[in-house]
Amino acid sequence: MIDVLIIGSGGAGLTAALSAKESGASVLVAGKTYPTNSQTSMAQGGINAALANVGEDHISSHISDTIKSAHGLCDEDMVRKMCADAPQTIEWLENLGVPFSRLDNNKKGKDTIAQRQMGGASAKRACYAQDYTGLKILHTLYDTCLKENIDFLDEHYLLNLIVKDDTVRGATFFNIRTGEVIQINAKSVVMATGGYGSLYHGHTTNAYGSTGDGVAAVLRAGGAVSDMEFIQFHPTALKHSSILISESARGEGGYLVNEAGERFVDELKPRDEVARAIFAQLEEGQRVFLDVRHLGEEKLMELLPQEVELCKMHEHVDPAKELIPIKPVAHYTMGGIDVDYALEVNGIKGCFAVGECSNAKVHGANRLGGNSLLEIIAFGRFTGENAYKHAVYASNKEADNTQKAQDKAQIEDIYAQENTSNFYPYRELLGNLFYEKVGIVRENKQLHESLKEVIEMQMTQKSMGISDKSKTNNQNLIDFLEFRNALLLAPTIISAAIARDESRGAHFKVGFEEENEAFKKHIVLQWKKNNEE
Amino acid sequence: MQIKILRSKTNTYQLYSLPAGEIPLLNALSYIKETQDATLTFSAGCRASVCGTCAVRVNGREELSCAYKVKPGDIIEPLQYHPVLRDLKVDKHKSQETLSKSTAWLHSFQEATPNHSDEKLSEVQTDCILCDACYSACPVYAVNPDFLGPFALTRAYRYSVDKRESNVKTIIDNIQHDGVWDCTLCGECTAVCPKGIDPKMDITMLRGLSVQEGYSDPSFMTQSFGTPNFGFDPNAGF
Repeated sequence: MIDVLIIGSGGAGLTAALSAKESGASVLVAGKTYPTNSQTSMAQGGINAALANVGEDHISSHISDTIKSAHGLCDEDMVRKMCADAPQTIEWLENLGVPFSRLDNNKKGKDTIAQRQMGGASAKRACYAQDYTGLKILHTLYDTCLKENIDFLDEHYLLNLIVKDDTVRGATFFNIRTGEVIQINAKSVVMATGGYGSLYHGHTTNAYGSTGDGVAAVLRAGGAVSDMEFIQFHPTALKHSSILISESARGEGGYLVNEAGERFVDELKPRDEVARAIFAQLEEGQRVFLDVRHLGEEKLMELLPQEVELCKMHEHVDPAKELIPIKPVAHYTMGGIDVDYALEVNGIKGCFAVGECSNAKVHGANRLGGNSLLEIIAFGRFTGENAYKHAVYASNKEADNTQKAQDKAQIEDIYAQENTSNFYPYRELLGNLFYEKVGIVRENKQLHESLKEVIEMQMTQKSMGISDKSKTNNQNLIDFLEFRNALLLAPTIISAAIARDESRGAHFKVGFEEENEAFKKHIVLQWKKNNEE
Repeated sequence: MQIKILRSKTNTYQLYSLPAGEIPLLNALSYIKETQDATLTFSAGCRASVCGTCAVRVNGREELSCAYKVKPGDIIEPLQYHPVLRDLKVDKHKSQETLSKSTAWLHSFQEATPNHSDEKLSEVQTDCILCDACYSACPVYAVNPDFLGPFALTRAYRYSVDKRESNVKTIIDNIQHDGVWDCTLCGECTAVCPKGIDPKMDITMLRGLSVQEGYSDPSFMTQSFGTPNFGFDPNAGF
């Protein structure tokens, strides 16, 4: 039996795999795509660590910036751990060969890494590799996994966790290529399945696959989720395509301007405040632009080559000469699987969660740019070690095939189900509904309306199905399973947003515009088991 | 606007209609799948040219679906030299095995003093997203399916010029067989790379490093010079 099964092959999953293997575990990484296709590749700006390579900085400043931005909703011990681990995390990446951008300072190793300003940071703290930081970290991790002979199971879509006596025993997967349902037994499981930003279909920087599959699986298996209502809107996505323009564009000196050419907000405030300021302009009927013209073409190509290319390609705008039309869109989900200090899922022993899918309570109500890459690497390593430790004493007895049989039957039902209403328009509808009514500025009436619409959609879902009946390589089926997960998570977000009658970080509610001490707590949701009520 | 897409089940081109106006190919494929034909199968990810998932061939040239703007009459096909799993979706396992074979990773770390110009040595090479466009465009695969190929060799080069690598020789040793000398330097890989990487140049540089390590072009060694058949004696005086 495998010691540590890792579900998800992005930055968090690969890091956990390397660390578990280094600890001595046998490891398998299962993911729905190939390892380098993940959301991590899209992280642009940087990874935070108080190295003080460019001006003064201290771990204590990193901690206090993170706590401040979290608006009272973080666990300060977890923040302290992440920020204190940051310098050695960068050192670890440096030793794997991550091609960071460099300074000319005649120093050695990580002391030569270039660092830039990000919003809400009191120092130039984000280590970067041009505007491809996530991509270059991810690919270096992958190269290292090949070096260490990590086993991969690509194109395996997570169906359910196998849980017995509140302890994880493995998971079931749908083999996308063959159409088979398989069971993988494991002593420990690490969820590294990413966020649920794609609920905002059409209004998100996220890849199509960020549908919260792992968060939904944990809910179904009896685990807890928390802070689901906290969704970060990135201030600057391209207006027509929702493609991300990194915060580093503002960190390097870019301005936000309205139609009149006026600046209307301090661009380096945390994302929640900047996104709301832009939203207020848009509500007034203003168009909003990112202006980086004054940086000059040479600097833009040096620091933000990817942004320049994306603007030209998707917006027909040359950032060196023209204004970039932008809008805020859903970008990152702070909430997710509720975990304890060891990143073990509350409610499921032996199951760990790391990265965007988990709520390790380091971002609280608003994540700082550069802290998510740090989280996946720093906590990815920690989780890998913890998962191994659990595996050492875990039972060797394999789970029976009850879950697999159930899942197989369910897949067969989906194939047999007559598809009377196409689910694709509903996916778009759900995205629009969330952007409009569960978005940057919320109000209770709209939240209640959206909850009603989502519940109606869940009823309609019974008549939805797949029109592609192919057993093998059926992307129609995967899209449907992803949509079902998104729809399963939707009410958890809305009901938590309804319950939170205050404004805090990324959650802003009309009529309750201030922070309320009574709500300085996490909203934790867990399904009651059928036989325990 | 109409486009044709190669369907794997029938091995024929199927005609699809799209609304007029500018649209990235990936959006067009999604539009077809969502509204006309849910069986059309393709791979999609980030929409922003960075996840490497969506490369296909358009009119015989490799493109990222998310970055290519559809034109009337376009013919869409899957990547070459990859087993087609269904329609535009291909199996990348064999192509990506070249990364393991070429041992394109940091073998032995040493502390270094990298500076800004060292960053530039592999800045573009490390923009690689493993989309496999170069692999599909490489004509060597028509004759040698075991060729290490452009992206693996570019990656090997990227580590070989990294100051932190103290064991460049092992990388060079591992790219000799089916490697740097099998490339014809035709430059098709460079022409199609969506990230502007130049594997042809990287392979040329790797040949230089190989010579430094004592290797030489094996095809060169099998050629003969100075035999009487040439009709003149190079050692004879004029």
